[in-house]
Amino acid sequence: MNLLIKGGRVIDPANKIDKVMDLLIEKGKISRMAGSIRSENCRVIDAAGLIVVPGLIDMHTHLREPGREDEETILSGSEAAVKGGFTSICAMPNTSPAVDKEAVVKLILSKAEQAGLVNVYPIGAITKGREGRELAEIGELKRAGVVALSDDGNPVENSRIMRRALEYSRMFDLPIIAHCEDKNFSAGGMINEGRISTVLGLKGIPCFSEENMVARDVSLAKLTGSRIHIAHISSAGSVRIIKQAKKDGINVTAEATPHHFSLSDENLRLFDTNYKVNPPLRTGQDIDAIKKALADGTIDAIATDHAPHSEEEKDVEFDYAPFGMTGLETALGLAIKELVEKRILTVSRLVEKMSLNPARILRLDKGRLDPGSDGDLTIIDLNKEWTVKKEDFKSKSKNSPFIGEKLKGIAAMTICRGKVVYEK
Amino acid sequence: MVKWNRKDLLGLEGLSPAEIKLVLDTAESFKEISTRQIKKVPALRGRTIATLFFEPSTRTRASFELAAKRLSADTVSISSSTSSVVKGETLKDTARNIEAMKIDIIIIRHKCAGAAEMLARAVSSGVINAGDGSHEHPTQGLLDLFTIREKKKKIKGLKVAIIGDILHSRVARSNIWGLKKLGAEIVICGPATLMPPEIEKMGVRVVYDLRKAVKQADVINVLRIQKERQDAGFFPSLREYSREFGINKEVLKDAGKDLLIMHPGPINRGVEISPDVADGQYSVILDQVTNGLAVRMAVLYLLLGETKVKL
Repeated sequence: MNLLIKGGRVIDPANKIDKVMDLLIEKGKISRMAGSIRSENCRVIDAAGLIVVPGLIDMHTHLREPGREDEETILSGSEAAVKGGFTSICAMPNTSPAVDKEAVVKLILSKAEQAGLVNVYPIGAITKGREGRELAEIGELKRAGVVALSDDGNPVENSRIMRRALEYSRMFDLPIIAHCEDKNFSAGGMINEGRISTVLGLKGIPCFSEENMVARDVSLAKLTGSRIHIAHISSAGSVRIIKQAKKDGINVTAEATPHHFSLSDENLRLFDTNYKVNPPLRTGQDIDAIKKALADGTIDAIATDHAPHSEEEKDVEFDYAPFGMTGLETALGLAIKELVEKRILTVSRLVEKMSLNPARILRLDKGRLDPGSDGDLTIIDLNKEWTVKKEDFKSKSKNSPFIGEKLKGIAAMTICRGKVVYEK
Repeated sequence: MVKWNRKDLLGLEGLSPAEIKLVLDTAESFKEISTRQIKKVPALRGRTIATLFFEPSTRTRASFELAAKRLSADTVSISSSTSSVVKGETLKDTARNIEAMKIDIIIIRHKCAGAAEMLARAVSSGVINAGDGSHEHPTQGLLDLFTIREKKKKIKGLKVAIIGDILHSRVARSNIWGLKKLGAEIVICGPATLMPPEIEKMGVRVVYDLRKAVKQADVINVLRIQKERQDAGFFPSLREYSREFGINKEVLKDAGKDLLIMHPGPINRGVEISPDVADGQYSVILDQVTNGLAVRMAVLYLLLGETKVKL
């Protein structure tokens, strides 16, 4: 059915639009935007007081299927995504088996189509089995439909192989998404290395672990002239390296997660494993640096690093719990609370970080409201106050430290390819 | 008079100076019991205490069990080799099963920091942390405070040097919190590789020269050095460690006659401490063991609350 969205504040940073208008979606595509549109035979959605933006894109999601369907499936992840306002999600390849073969890519795409809620874009592994030894068959992966390459969860530790990956992937115009971690430095570490790790007696992961690899990877991007995207920036030092690299003209982009700009290692005082993430939550100074970098453009995108884990896996001693927290359903609320409400970003800049820029980095034909483009829209209620509740999660996993947190701003409706896939 | 209102004893970080003093004062009245011919009072008769040790320990466990027995409590001990954890059961499940047996206090030792905290949240029984990873070992901290106070008649203003592997030491952390709260000055000393980051923010001074660290110290608390740290590359050899950080007569040549030498045990004789110092005039190492019993009796008694003791 065609959709007529009436009276919403339409924000489309790509076209520098920010005004109250009507928007018509016909046959799944945006057909018209104007002050007032009259149209028959369509569902009319009253968006007065709401914000209408290009559908949000999460360029860093873990869907766990294949391999850990008890934690998340492509269907449950899609449901979580649309509830969080996302119309597109990029599935990281650290599944079991890893996304290093055409067959796995096809499985993900076919499951996503069956789910029929969001656009799911698989990310292929850089190396076979994500082991960092041999390049995966990148050409085949590209043909099968991957939009980027990453060994996420693992760095490609061998610099020579990383160089080759950057050179080789350039032929296919696929960006490499780098998980920057020097595993020699972080081995056994659980939280940020600093005052809190000292007090708690938990082994720390120094910022250097990340910064060392960020520095290497931007150097390799310079050497090869290839595109690199740095995942989940957590430290002020990494921000400084990326800022300088951008000044030097290196083709680097970067993302930050809502938890890295909302939480610090102080939150770990009770040993709650829901705060155990990799890279770890850093200090207040790091949070300030990340926010500043989002404002000044050093960090291009906000990505969730949605990492569902079962309660059984998380409800153990801190040492034994896996890293990661769910993120799809809280990302928008946290971004509004921490960035828009605190005047770090305007809503338009936020949409750049959560839709336009991810689309640009991944070369997706998304993130903008051009007539003729896919009808992917998120309608946001900026003023809606809500509390994160465990029972409301659509994700199969509930490992969120934000349960009980009061947020302001939520997705009121998510529309993907002209179809209402979620409404509150 | 301060009252003890806590369900658990997880660390000294969260205790107020008044609560710490309450434990020490209570321990004083319990110490005498161990000198009697019949070393038993009925204070905790009918109460049940479980020790849940996931890490080997002889003295701490024996000390807790004896403390419980001297207060007439029933005890049950579960060690990692006999617990169902080895069969894949979670810590919480183990704890809940113990609790289902209506146990009043669980004493836990675990190699993971935060394990006691996790257990305390999961059960309604009282939980005593008998050492969790590199985090805290509160009863060791309390018995060290007790010993210092007993010998020196005060803690405020004393200069205490803690020497050795600070990075991995739960004893160091509990000592730092307790001593700071009661007004001591603390200097810590050990290899830079075994010094945790930003430790100064806990209110201590860091010195890498052993002689400077022990100069004018009223108390030297020597930590056990684990041989496997050498294999992990924290220092070149035990020989070098001993030369740089070992406490021996030469290091103590300018010591005042009131100096106290402490060690939480077990001792590596000839590594972190020389045998003549361990057994020498300044050593209160065995007093620590004796006092540990009194302190643990006090802690058990305070956690179990209202019963009046007939001494």
